[in-house]
Amino acid sequence: MPSLKKQPMSEQEVDKRIHNFDEVALGYTPEQAITEAKRCLQCTKPSCTQGCPVGIEIPAFIKHIADEDFDGAIKVIKKKNNLPAICGRVCPYENQCEKFCVLGKKGEPAGIGRLERFVADYERKKGARIPEKAGASGKRVAVVGSGPAGLTVAADLAKLGHDVVIYEALHESGGVLMYGIPEFRLPKEVVRAEIEYVKQLGVDIQTNVVIGKTISIDELREEFDAIFIGTGAGLPHFMNIPGENLCGIYSANEFLIRTNLMRAYKFPEYDTPIKVGKRVAVIGAGNVAMDSARVALRLGAEEVRIVYRRSEKEMPARAEETAHAKEEGIKFEFLTNPIRMAGENGWVKQLECIRMKLGEPDESGRRKPIPIEGSEFALDVDTVVVAIGQKPNPLIAKMTKGLRITEKGAVWIDENGKTSMEGVFAGGDITTGTATVIEAMGAGKKAARAIHEYVSR
Amino acid sequence: MYRIVAKKELAPAVKSLTIDAPLVAKNARPGQFIIVRIDEKGERIPLTIAGLDVQQGTITTIFLEVGKTTEQLGRLNEGDAISDLAGPLGNPTEIKNYGRVVCVGGGVGVAPLYLVAKALKDAGNEVISIIGARTKELLIFEDEMQQASDELYIATDDGSKGHHGFVTDVLQELIAKQKIDRVLAVGPTVMMRAVAKVTKNHNIKTVVSLNPLMVDGTGMCGACRVTVGGETKFTCVDGPEFDAHLVDFEELMNRQRTYITEEKVALERCGRCRH
Ligand SMILES: Cc1cc2nc3c(=O)[nH]c(=O)nc-3n(C[C@H](O)[C@H](O)[C@H](O)COP(=O)(O)OP(=O)(O)OC[C@H]3O[C@@H](n4cnc5c(N)ncnc54)[C@H](O)[C@@H]3O)c2cc1C
Ligand SMILES: Cc1cc2nc3c(=O)[nH]c(=O)nc-3n(C[C@H](O)[C@H](O)[C@H](O)COP(=O)(O)OP(=O)(O)OC[C@H]3O[C@@H](n4cnc5c(N)ncnc54)[C@H](O)[C@@H]3O)c2cc1C
Ligand code: SF4
Ligand code: FES
Repeated sequence: MPSLKKQPMSEQEVDKRIHNFDEVALGYTPEQAITEAKRCLQCTKPSCTQGCPVGIEIPAFIKHIADEDFDGAIKVIKKKNNLPAICGRVCPYENQCEKFCVLGKKGEPAGIGRLERFVADYERKKGARIPEKAGASGKRVAVVGSGPAGLTVAADLAKLGHDVVIYEALHESGGVLMYGIPEFRLPKEVVRAEIEYVKQLGVDIQTNVVIGKTISIDELREEFDAIFIGTGAGLPHFMNIPGENLCGIYSANEFLIRTNLMRAYKFPEYDTPIKVGKRVAVIGAGNVAMDSARVALRLGAEEVRIVYRRSEKEMPARAEETAHAKEEGIKFEFLTNPIRMAGENGWVKQLECIRMKLGEPDESGRRKPIPIEGSEFALDVDTVVVAIGQKPNPLIAKMTKGLRITEKGAVWIDENGKTSMEGVFAGGDITTGTATVIEAMGAGKKAARAIHEYVSR
Repeated sequence: MYRIVAKKELAPAVKSLTIDAPLVAKNARPGQFIIVRIDEKGERIPLTIAGLDVQQGTITTIFLEVGKTTEQLGRLNEGDAISDLAGPLGNPTEIKNYGRVVCVGGGVGVAPLYLVAKALKDAGNEVISIIGARTKELLIFEDEMQQASDELYIATDDGSKGHHGFVTDVLQELIAKQKIDRVLAVGPTVMMRAVAKVTKNHNIKTVVSLNPLMVDGTGMCGACRVTVGGETKFTCVDGPEFDAHLVDFEELMNRQRTYITEEKVALERCGRCRH
């Protein structure tokens, strides 16, 4: 009988980690990994695999770990997943592979995510090997955006022998992995190493190129046989309430870009500043809000509150992230909606809110929050971070005639990832709105197959 | 890396850098800007494109040394390189034949205004320009503006050249004399606010090029948000030019001051590392 519980993974202690940006979760030792791998039943009809958007052969890689053959394990993973050290850290596996694991019926599921991370880290420390590539096809593909969707398309097509160029608007590649998800959850060294692997496959990454501005999609079409658009959901939503443009109010994107991409937490060694006061309110309760709250704490805030209009049950953040936030002392104001931001000398001082109650379910299936009349109150704040979601990046849509856009501002694609323009494909957050790293990669895989077929026709 | 192919000092603390950036030069239009980052630890700062040469594949930017990044940029020389340069960003100036157009430039704002004035003249407009600076030594692009304009007026705060006073004094006189179809103003925010005030009274359509703080310059962060006609706009993608009569200048100036303390810290550190 395997143990009912997963091997625990060690973490940095709370009182230490709230003062640094080092990684919180520390990963398995080889012994822990082997013990955990031995919990897997090696089901003949494994149910876990259906939960993996990129189709990793889960029991096969776990078997290699149990047999202490870590090289064999990583080989199985990399057949399907080019960025395993990233996925092993940020995938919501509780909703994917682990949700379907049979062990989960009686106890905890197999620690698939932790095991994936373990073998990916094992390989990185050893130095990644480059898989064999098909011979040069002579076809050229342009990939716009270097987030997980773009990196996946590029890697898969390079393996198939195509000549791939990625164009990235920012000065560093990686998309949200680089500018959004904080160092303490996804070390940038890990992201860089995985990007290095993609480059070693022969992919050329051109940073500082804003497609639609520096080069148009039409210009790309003249030069390349196919194009993939993976520009993500980078346009921040604001509340559109009075006072929102006072100093001290950030979109989560700005807050996280300054911190992660520009390393503002190392100011003045790095030039980009960020300003965090003693009392911080973060509006929203998704992963982005948890990340912002935990960043604020590490930048020296004394009191950080999550302000969310629904209740704890409806929170979209991963359970693990919420648990980490709570351990670190983040406070939660549920059923609370901001209505105004009030300032003094141009700086935000108060967040005026109203209490909410839950009514009937809305379109999203969650119970709709309704304001309770007369329940207005104010929170004293020095900094506010608005983390209520992002929309697909509108730049390419705006600059490209003939590209069909959905009502929600996303790039329209068919079931194969093809857009309304000949030879132009898309995938990831630009087509779905904010989703997950692994879904973006899944979309990238699908588009890569379609592009391969298209250019080989 | 983006190589600097020419450097000039136009006035004390005002430098011009011509940088090798063929992709940017190819699609750049007057009124657009670039974002540069000097090195690994640098900040991303926006600078307007003040000149471009498609054949040579270069763009020129002219800047005033006001803090850490611009000072550091000013110390670079021909042959040096900067790590990152992205552009052309923002929307180009709308160039049409409006009739009689007044271009108002203050400080380093005169440099990017030159390309705009030239394009307006080429489009058949009668271009009258007013350029101003604190003092004679700080006036830049006088000859260029002379060429690009039918008439050129100069104003200095201390009276060392041209009109003794502000560019808005000259603008008011011009408005009193003749019909003006459009005004464009590029310069310090206080100057643009003053221009907007003058032209609003006379109901003359006025366009200003705003310079809020920016980070990415591609519409992802909202640092550059301004209120225009009661709506929040992102300067980097919706602008940088807006209808002057609709801009909330007080809010803009307030937001520009966000990091005053940090900017001093950075500049002091930079002063120390110079030796
Ligand atoms: C703070 C935060 C935390 C998150 N946490 C998790 C998590 O724990 N687990 C999880 O699974 N998901 C998480 N997500 C969601 C996940 O990161 C995204 O779903 C995923 O990154 C989408 O990938 P993508 O490749 O579609 O786009 P992105 O990662 O957004 O990458 C798009 C890239 O395209 C570039 N680009 C945009 N426009 C242009 C242009 N015109 N020209 C050239 N380049 C352009 C952008 O600069 C960017 O680099 C999080 C998101 C955020 C913001
Ligand atoms: C679209 C646009 C075009 C611009 N074009 C030019 C130009 O052609 N020539 C020129 O000299 N300046 C231009 N600026 C302003 C220039 O970006 C700033 O002077 C520069 O960022 C200052 O950086 P610093 O580190 O030297 O100074 P800091 O010490 O950072 O700041 C000094 C002062 O500059 C302002 N400033 C700081 N950071 C920014 C920023 N990211 N964006 C705007 N202002 C900032 C601050 O309000 C402060 O008062 C432009 C700004 C924008 C938004
Ligand atoms: S379902 Fe669970 S126990 Fe079965 S093979 Fe998959 S991981 Fe192992
Ligand atoms: S500078 Fe980030 S949105 Fe404009």
